Amino acid sequence: MFKKWTVLLLTLCLVLVAAGCGSKNENEENNGGAAEAGAKVTVNFMHLWPEGVSAGQNKIVNQIINEYQKEHTNVTIKQEVLDNEQYKNKLKVLSASNQLPDVGVTWAAGFLQPYVDGKLFAPVDDLLGGELKDKFVAGTTEAYNIGGSTYALPLEFNIAPVYYNKAIFEKYNLKAPTTYAEFQNVVKTLVDNGVAPIALGNKDRWTGSLWYMYLAERFAGQETVAKAIKGEESFKNADLTKAATEVQKLVDDKAFVKGFNGLSNEEAKSEFLNGNAAMYLMGTWELPNFTTNEDIPKEFRDSVGFFKFPAVDGGKGNANSWVGGPGVGLFVSENSKVKDEAKKFVEYFVSKWGEQSVTGAGVIPATKVDTSKLQLPQLYIDLFNEMNQASSITLFADVQMKANAAETHLNMIQALFGKAATPEKFADEHDAAIKKGS
Amino acid sequence: MDKVMSNKKMIALYVLPSLLLILAVVYIPIVLTGYYGLNEWNGIGSMKFVGLDNYQRLLKDSVFWDSAKHSLLLAVFSLISLIVYLAIAMVLAAKLRGANLFRKIYLIPMLLSSVAIAQLWLKIYHPTSGIMNTLLESLGVDNPPAWLAEPSLVLFALFIPILWQYAGFYILIYYAALKNIPTSLEEAAKIDGATSIQIAYKIKLPLVMEVLKVTVVLAVVGSLKYFDLIYVMTNGGPNGASEVMASYMYRTAFKSYDFGYGSAIGFALLIICLVATWVIRKLTETKDTIQYS
Repeated sequence: MFKKWTVLLLTLCLVLVAAGCGSKNENEENNGGAAEAGAKVTVNFMHLWPEGVSAGQNKIVNQIINEYQKEHTNVTIKQEVLDNEQYKNKLKVLSASNQLPDVGVTWAAGFLQPYVDGKLFAPVDDLLGGELKDKFVAGTTEAYNIGGSTYALPLEFNIAPVYYNKAIFEKYNLKAPTTYAEFQNVVKTLVDNGVAPIALGNKDRWTGSLWYMYLAERFAGQETVAKAIKGEESFKNADLTKAATEVQKLVDDKAFVKGFNGLSNEEAKSEFLNGNAAMYLMGTWELPNFTTNEDIPKEFRDSVGFFKFPAVDGGKGNANSWVGGPGVGLFVSENSKVKDEAKKFVEYFVSKWGEQSVTGAGVIPATKVDTSKLQLPQLYIDLFNEMNQASSITLFADVQMKANAAETHLNMIQALFGKAATPEKFADEHDAAIKKGS
Repeated sequence: MDKVMSNKKMIALYVLPSLLLILAVVYIPIVLTGYYGLNEWNGIGSMKFVGLDNYQRLLKDSVFWDSAKHSLLLAVFSLISLIVYLAIAMVLAAKLRGANLFRKIYLIPMLLSSVAIAQLWLKIYHPTSGIMNTLLESLGVDNPPAWLAEPSLVLFALFIPILWQYAGFYILIYYAALKNIPTSLEEAAKIDGATSIQIAYKIKLPLVMEVLKVTVVLAVVGSLKYFDLIYVMTNGGPNGASEVMASYMYRTAFKSYDFGYGSAIGFALLIICLVATWVIRKLTETKDTIQYS
């Protein structure tokens, strides 16, 4: 009970704080209205790159804001920075009291849906037709498209390769697998030699979802997976069931580190970083750790390679299809008093973010960037080029689904990996949750 | 001073600030939670009044009852551990060399924050490099279990740090209560030839009974609403094997964005805690309280 009170108290505080901010805005607006056009405006910008956690991103944000304020002397960008989870909670509280910041960070698809349904985000289609036309990597803005309008502009794009430890592979005379049979052989060889093949932190559940999504794509093809998630195809589809069965087969073969269902992603990552596990399927956001992060021994960073999740014999998918998705994007509040200024700022921010984020934060931006002129680690360039050749992208399942269905999906992933659910039950629960539509 | 205290208006004035505060941050939210539980609400946008649907769903929700079972199991284990704490406190309260040091040692876990304790025990339970399994392996146990990943073990693996966390708190309370017993009683009993076991049973136990009752309520209610370590260490997993009522409530409201149902769970949790408190008070009710003198 105490916990709930704390949460409620926190919520209350946030509401009070939000209400305070809100009324201040109105005052400023009134003052602004009295003066002529071009008067001082303040754009509130809420984001989730605190200096301590995302130093690279934080620096870029400040740079862009400073430049923007220099070019537009009448505009002040007021930042509010929160940590990821707090950010999500605060956004929710602010939206309930209709006090969203003018510009903020959002995720795609399932996360976006309720905000769009509540008419809280403004469509930004006009920006897509302007300066930013054709600047985005194909397939990135679609994830922010709901009912024919785009409600946010993506900043990042992530795909998930299988990273592997070259040193371990060399020791046991293994090569990066190009077929699923080879992959199974790699797993078997490593297990026989007492090395944990794959680092997986399935306490966090979305990590296991990546494995399932890849197998589902490779067995059933991208379209079937997309349909199943939309509810137009049953998860009982023979190919999708095969994928779920294959997951349990990998578990039986001891492909994943011991106790994976109790390990967090961070713990699993350290198994890989310490050289205890040979492979690690994770998003491109981990790239800095394998390329430029000085905290990790250079010897290890140099021995990290990646391979594409191999195609399955007789499967309908192909190795050039990636599981991935846009990271975060920027939205403009529908009820913002300075909507035009906010949109201009978003346009500016997105166009500057691309190149700076590549060099400064090592993330893969959603906008096209010419990497040939930039000094970048080889691993990064290789992955970047792979992404440009991608035949299709299967979105992260939990991002794509609505909150409740996503929660069911994640629970069933853990159950499937832990063999607490059969592939049949896995399929039934998915179909039921998606049909419920919330 | 007496005059001020007998003035009804003054009393009201002094009581008012904290009363308002507690109303605003405790009682009103409780009522609101009960109300939200009657609605279908995703946290954003408008609520839809659905009457008792959420509570009906709750009664049939096997996940909720499983988590209630886990919470109850924790309460049972807390109660059993109270006996151990009392025994330890009795030993410490006796004039023993080094008792003071031990008292401090037992208290230290209480000074650590829950998250720090969780991190500590996560390391201990780590399936391959944790102390626990390294120790077991060196003792010749083949393939020791992955404590936090086995659905059949995870709950008990979590109970250990939870009980450990509060050990110092209860030992301290019992210690203080035992120290309050006048030494003359014990000395008199000794002269009459009572053994130390008899002293413990016939004199000390009845005299700390009132304190014991309070700690029973604290332990049971504390267990029923327990959240911290479980949330950090397993997040209720794997497959809900360590889900308790509070973590299920959090997950429903803040992960599934089902604030209506989440509130219903919260309200049910409140009622269960109230009922538990009432039952314990009834069961432990005695007509005459034993006093020192």
